[in-house]
Amino acid sequence: MKVLAAMSGGVDSAVAAARAVEAGHDVTGVHLALSKNPLSFRSGARGCCSKEDAHDARRAADVLGIPFYVWDLSDQFAEDVVDDFVAEYAAGRTPNPCVRCNEKIKFAAVLDRGIALGFDAVCTGHYARLVRDDHGVALHRAVDDSKDQSYVLGVLSQAQLQRSYFPLGGSLKSEVRAEAERRGLSVADKPDSHDICFIADGDTAGFLDKQLGSRPGAIVDQDGHQLGEHDGSHHFTIGQRKGLRIGTPADDGKPRYVLDISPVDNTVTVGSREDLDVRELDAIRPTWTEGVRDGSWVAQVQVRAHGSMVPATVTAGADRVGVVLDEPLTGVAPGQAVVYYDGTRVLGSATISAARA
Amino acid sequence: MVEESRESVASCLGADPAEVIFTSGATEADNLAIKGAFRAHPDAPVLITSTVEHHAVLESVESVASDGATVVLIAVDHDGRVDLDQLRAALAGHAEQIALVSIMYANNETGVLAPVAEITAAARTAGVPVHSDAVQAVGHTVIDFAGSGLDALSLSAHKFGGPVGAGALLARRDFRLSPVQHGGGQERDVRSGTLDVAGIAGMAAALRAAVDELTRESDRIRTLRNRLIDTVLTTIDGTELNGIRDPAGSLPGIANLSFGGCSADNLLMLLDQHGIDSSTGSACTAGVSEPSHVLEAMGRTRIQARSSLRFSLGHTSTDVDVDRLLAVLPGAVELARRAG
Repeated sequence: MKVLAAMSGGVDSAVAAARAVEAGHDVTGVHLALSKNPLSFRSGARGCCSKEDAHDARRAADVLGIPFYVWDLSDQFAEDVVDDFVAEYAAGRTPNPCVRCNEKIKFAAVLDRGIALGFDAVCTGHYARLVRDDHGVALHRAVDDSKDQSYVLGVLSQAQLQRSYFPLGGSLKSEVRAEAERRGLSVADKPDSHDICFIADGDTAGFLDKQLGSRPGAIVDQDGHQLGEHDGSHHFTIGQRKGLRIGTPADDGKPRYVLDISPVDNTVTVGSREDLDVRELDAIRPTWTEGVRDGSWVAQVQVRAHGSMVPATVTAGADRVGVVLDEPLTGVAPGQAVVYYDGTRVLGSATISAARA
Repeated sequence: MVEESRESVASCLGADPAEVIFTSGATEADNLAIKGAFRAHPDAPVLITSTVEHHAVLESVESVASDGATVVLIAVDHDGRVDLDQLRAALAGHAEQIALVSIMYANNETGVLAPVAEITAAARTAGVPVHSDAVQAVGHTVIDFAGSGLDALSLSAHKFGGPVGAGALLARRDFRLSPVQHGGGQERDVRSGTLDVAGIAGMAAALRAAVDELTRESDRIRTLRNRLIDTVLTTIDGTELNGIRDPAGSLPGIANLSFGGCSADNLLMLLDQHGIDSSTGSACTAGVSEPSHVLEAMGRTRIQARSSLRFSLGHTSTDVDVDRLLAVLPGAVELARRAG
């Protein structure tokens, strides 16, 4: 088939493209230019967005002998991912921009454009597996659980999954690196990327300050007593302990954590570790990888990108999903995705809107 | 060999061998002409250039502006022609304060020729020297440096079939220049650095070949180019020529066309799949491409500029090539329009 391989300049997408070529597909490489002001060189642990990364992607395509193009999606990325990220923080939520990027850019804008130009599928270096049967395509967790990215792909629809191609899902990261070395790809020993690609120095609070400005407000306890002040509620995420700068210690002398962020009155509520425990989640805008599932069932859920699955009971409604966890979790933030699994199989994803003890 | 090459290059372009300063290419020649003229005229801090120049000129001008120069940008009309009235008005102000006028000979994106004779006549009246970036023109149209009235002219070997990394600045003896690159002063005391003998010899040979076949080839190439333009404009809806069809106003081999409703990036990719090379106006290694400043200066919107593609025809181009392009173009445009 005609495959459009998204190449970030990292080792994973390069090996994914190489495997697509080796499988006999007609592969074209495309690098997505997402940043408005690309840096000349890679800095920190970013996996894309610098000219150096674009160069690395082009070199990998050269080595593979495939045509290579750069698509400028910076306008769309700014609108659908960066602006949304800032707006979500301003609303007191903790968004996952990678989920958003997969949903709106990689498997929507890029996929649509690729299909319109005559391609059959988009290939990426994500660690997840696609299993095809008579009913369609099922999305499963990767063999390498430490690198599994099914969480950020849980938002994809069946139509999107049918046009997706993840050649790395059955491999360990160490195997992928060794393969890159063997294939002469210069990115073989490039460090893994993590954090948020569009925040060059990793300073999320500083980035949000520039976008939102300083917005001082109160830090209160659960009874509403003011304990301190903050420069902006966007500096905080649920479960955060550091950087609260509260003068007076708690009565019990134990550390305090962010329990709630209220953008309306711009207050941050803090409390004890125990008060962070969450057992029930409400989630909105559910998506389904293989069609809507009704009713209630025992499942596994994951609530953060670098987390693991935990047992829970999921109840699906028309436009919302309820989750009751078997064991409480801490630091569950509204705005994050909850992805529900059946074994290793991803059933769908929804956005957490509320969390309760 | 260098001196033979110098004589050969000079004779191809109607220049004197002493007027040839070899450089690493036209970017260096443009830098030398602009920065060198600015530094050589400490009492004349004004530079005049146009909005459609190559980045080698625009960035050099930007650089001297940060050193205190005042820059006057001359606009172009809808077809990309320099506004002569605006130029004359700029020259009429305080001519003694103007270090240089720099206007490109032929535009690299549209092939539109500058009215060099009118520009140099106006500048001569004002007593101001004129430089021209002629990268796109040398080897593609007849150039007579002595008769042109120009004081300096930049060229680059790879644009006429020579090796990459070789070029020259033609500069009249009385064109005042301060060095930009310092050292042994190999080239007329204004350009230091060991010369690339092989590159220079290659450039001279390529220029001789290009000039020898110029009159014979340019009519043939222009016929091909105009057939391409005419067929596209009459058979594909929403297309527009960015530039000038007429021989007096343009190079023979460049056709810049807008395909309304198409992303030029998509169209380029589709044509590439058919083995047809074309070019979008802009290129950037990280790919965040600004729409062409040339087309924007010609009054095109950002969207129009992003839907424009340049086709270059040369001595290897044939009727069969144009037929193949015309055969695949309608389908590619339709597909690209659907892809958004």
